[in-house]
Amino acid sequence: MRLIIDELAVKRGLRTIISGLSFHIESKEGLLLTGPNGSGKTTLLRALAGFIEHDAGTVRLEGGADEAEVGEQCHYVGHKNGIKHGFTVAENLDFWLDYLGGAEDDTGQGKRSCRDTALETFELTNLLDIPAGMLSAGQKRRLGLARLVMVKRPVWLLDEPSVSLDVHSVKILAGVVEEHIRGGGIAMAATHIPLGLEFNRTLQLGIAQETEEVFG
Amino acid sequence: MKMFLGLVMRDIRLAMREGGSISTVLGFYLIVVAILPLGLGPDLNLLAKIAPGVLWVAMLLSALLSVDRIFYNDHEDGTLEVIALGAMPLELVAAAKSIAHWITTGIPLALVAPVLGFLLNLQPEAVWVLVVTMLAGTPAVSFLGAVGAALTLGLNRGGLLLSLLILPLYIPVLIFGIATMNAVLVGPGSFVQPFAILCAISLVTIILSPIASAAALRMNLQ
Repeated sequence: MRLIIDELAVKRGLRTIISGLSFHIESKEGLLLTGPNGSGKTTLLRALAGFIEHDAGTVRLEGGADEAEVGEQCHYVGHKNGIKHGFTVAENLDFWLDYLGGAEDDTGQGKRSCRDTALETFELTNLLDIPAGMLSAGQKRRLGLARLVMVKRPVWLLDEPSVSLDVHSVKILAGVVEEHIRGGGIAMAATHIPLGLEFNRTLQLGIAQETEEVFG
Repeated sequence: MKMFLGLVMRDIRLAMREGGSISTVLGFYLIVVAILPLGLGPDLNLLAKIAPGVLWVAMLLSALLSVDRIFYNDHEDGTLEVIALGAMPLELVAAAKSIAHWITTGIPLALVAPVLGFLLNLQPEAVWVLVVTMLAGTPAVSFLGAVGAALTLGLNRGGLLLSLLILPLYIPVLIFGIATMNAVLVGPGSFVQPFAILCAISLVTIILSPIASAAALRMNLQ
């Protein structure tokens, strides 16, 4: 499997944030995105997930499901956790399991075990019946990250995944990402805090060079 | 289909769980209808005459109170981003969430309306027409509201703008809802025509507005 980014250009408003960016990631590779604030790390990840329209260029996943869009084969972990405060931990996970894994014909048993693995991995088992709104920031983050383990998707786009996690949880996260890469997955992470993880490659983004003159 | 129903059920469960939302809408409806006779004085004939219009307008305003809820919470906590990465197209997501809104707002409002009608001396024979026309008209209210909710997602305090955008679009629903009721209560002529148009408006918005909502959602995900 190979994620190919070809001559990608992304604009936000009138500002070109990314232009002429070409690279590819093979499966079993992890890529670390670095760059100062405002260099377009989040923009790039969101563009890959399909949230932001591409101004030019293409993003495609070679060897993935043909009819599905790239975004449908990605996990995107952004600044927000995507959990419902009114639901318990279990209800949150069950919904994502049904919704994101909806295409697969999994048996009830298989789904349960997926959920249980995720709970154990991120040490959430004791919190199963607690409303997500009552969790601490770090626990909420772990609940959001549990999606990664629970629903199998080949590409992981992680934007500052370790925010509000403690040292121990960062280790868990690093282990999860490492296992995903070793299992043939692709991971891209933008992070300032070292995850304690060896990435195969690093992509350095610079501050956008060109701002289009409109009124000139 | 399983995903679609799952999303509808989730939204209904959330609306129940977060309490407040349904009861606030019904409470607002009650208050608006209840203070009107106080302002107009105890003229029973006058109240009976204006009852259908008041009940309809107050219903639209109450429903409007809650439409921003359709997407706002999901956008705020990041759920929308994850939903967008699911296999279901955003058009169906918008449709599912509008249906859930109709079930949690439109249907309760339509069922409560006859009870409030007694405050306005609504004629007993008008009760079933009121419920039926409201049940036929409220899907349009939810689906159109979803478009406005999706458009105003990124704005702080988008509620006012939402009202400005969406209330004018409710006018056809209001006109044909009232026309149906008048045809039954006052005559002359058959109620079939206005009622058919009211249903048609609802059906058209059910098809078209998810497309507009999805386009607005894509814009707001950027």
